[in-house]
Amino acid sequence: MKSERFRWYTYGLFSLALFGAMLLCVCAGSVSVPAGDTLSVLWNALCGKPSPDGISGAIILSVRLPRVFCVALIGAALSLCGAAMQGLLRNPLADGSTLGVSSGASLGAVMAIAFGVSIPSLPYAGTMAMAMLFAFLSLMLILFLAYLLDKSLSTSSIILIGVIFSMFASSVISLIIAFAGEKLKSITFWTMGSLSGSNYAYALILALALLICGAVILRCSQELNAFAVGEDNARSVGVPVRRVKLTILIAVSVLIGISVSVGGTIGFVGLVTPHIARMIVGPNHKKLLPASMFSGAVFLLLADLVGRTLVSPIELPIGVVTSLVGSVIFVIVFYKNRRKG
Amino acid sequence: MLTAQGITVRYGDKTVVDGVSFSLREGEWLMLAGPNGAGKSTLVSALSQGAAYAGKIELDGRDLRAYKPSELARKVGVLSQGHEAGYAFTVEEIVSLGRYAYRGGFLSGRDKDGEKRINQALADTGMDAMRKKSVLTLSGGEMQRAFLAQVFAQSPQILLLDEPANHLDLIYQKHIFSLIRDWLSLPGRAVLSVVHDLSLAKRYGTDAILMSGGKAVAQGGINAVFTPENLDRVYGMDVYGWMRDSLKQWE
Repeated sequence: MKSERFRWYTYGLFSLALFGAMLLCVCAGSVSVPAGDTLSVLWNALCGKPSPDGISGAIILSVRLPRVFCVALIGAALSLCGAAMQGLLRNPLADGSTLGVSSGASLGAVMAIAFGVSIPSLPYAGTMAMAMLFAFLSLMLILFLAYLLDKSLSTSSIILIGVIFSMFASSVISLIIAFAGEKLKSITFWTMGSLSGSNYAYALILALALLICGAVILRCSQELNAFAVGEDNARSVGVPVRRVKLTILIAVSVLIGISVSVGGTIGFVGLVTPHIARMIVGPNHKKLLPASMFSGAVFLLLADLVGRTLVSPIELPIGVVTSLVGSVIFVIVFYKNRRKG
Repeated sequence: MLTAQGITVRYGDKTVVDGVSFSLREGEWLMLAGPNGAGKSTLVSALSQGAAYAGKIELDGRDLRAYKPSELARKVGVLSQGHEAGYAFTVEEIVSLGRYAYRGGFLSGRDKDGEKRINQALADTGMDAMRKKSVLTLSGGEMQRAFLAQVFAQSPQILLLDEPANHLDLIYQKHIFSLIRDWLSLPGRAVLSVVHDLSLAKRYGTDAILMSGGKAVAQGGINAVFTPENLDRVYGMDVYGWMRDSLKQWE
């Protein structure tokens, strides 16, 4: 039988594409830096030497590079979450934004900013913890409400509840903003989904979260395959259904929560990229999950690049770019599915 | 192999299965029969741990609830009626999911017997030529055979079937039922199935439970259960008369 996993050279190709996209994003911007110069700055920084003369090393090292890391990591994380949820719920339209998890996370983060929730000596931990907590709580609430509506957790009822919940969460956010007073500016800035405040600390946190939660989700590939065929089928082949479901949901909530707390609400990445990946590598999660991570990272890097350069010097919020592209693809996919079913 | 005592399933304040007891022995094909809403499918869900139940089910002398999901899957396989796969998995991928319980849960790739079993199951069900096909392109009969291959690859000792050939063309009904009969002919195996079609049940079953309103009205050998009196009482009509009358249409 053919291997269900990717061979090493496939990973090599993925890495090459990712590296290319990252390099492009580091070079391009309001000030363009040639690729050769960029590489020499990076090489010198790795060797601990100062940047070569005449090149603005600061732009690359302290502005663009951390941003590129954050964007790539968030793209990979959101896309992985989307792929995992689409498999788990056996629903090709599931994703953090259509299910209302992202809005829930935003609500948590906004509350943390507005009410000054913080954990002493850890600068971002309060916002992150609240975003993660609310991501998980809203996922549970949405699934519970959808279950009350119909026991089979069908596509339409989950999305319906998700949309209603998203509206509810955004109205609560607006309510908080109305009373926010002097914190208005930081909340509004954050809800736009901006990555301009990226730094290495965020990138490190994202990388750690993706390493841990990603490993958890990737190890559930087989179980996700079973869920994608059907929950009853998963039970009958011996999958510990409840435990696996809870494990994946927690990992997904943590990842979405952290991503949202760093980058704000970035919609449709988790919906669209797993879909494209599935068209290329098929529905088997052993291939689909890694492919989704790489394509999610590349997709978000390109979206961020477009947002930064399209109407430069004005920077479009990245969430706006992904939603514009994503909603169009969403509609196409939805109509295709309807016609099939 | 399997004994059930006083199985009761309630949905809210409605009792769907009411104190059913039975035992399933090696070589038996036990048919669950009865009119719509008798609780047959719910009883199968309880047996496959898909529905919460009161009472006790023992498998090889051990409480079913004490089994780990993967342990149970190695002993009991379930095939339900009708499947709809949401994604374009290949037949081979569906069948290899049947080996999940042998791959040690979260760690994969230590199932030495797996490939042989999968190939055997694909060959037995006549799905070998279609192994690379997407399940989205299969007909109802092919789909059901793919899932039958999955449950064969799982190599359980007991098969639980819920209307395995419902809505299928006659040729597939015949095909599925003879495949299951062949499977049952090896030692250490037993089948329990819900079958709506009484002729099919009588033809393939060795034993039967006749259910009505959640209760077991009659149980035992198939011919002792499917008597005119029992069937008339449960179905509220002259079943034997109807069957003979139907047969006459073909003479």
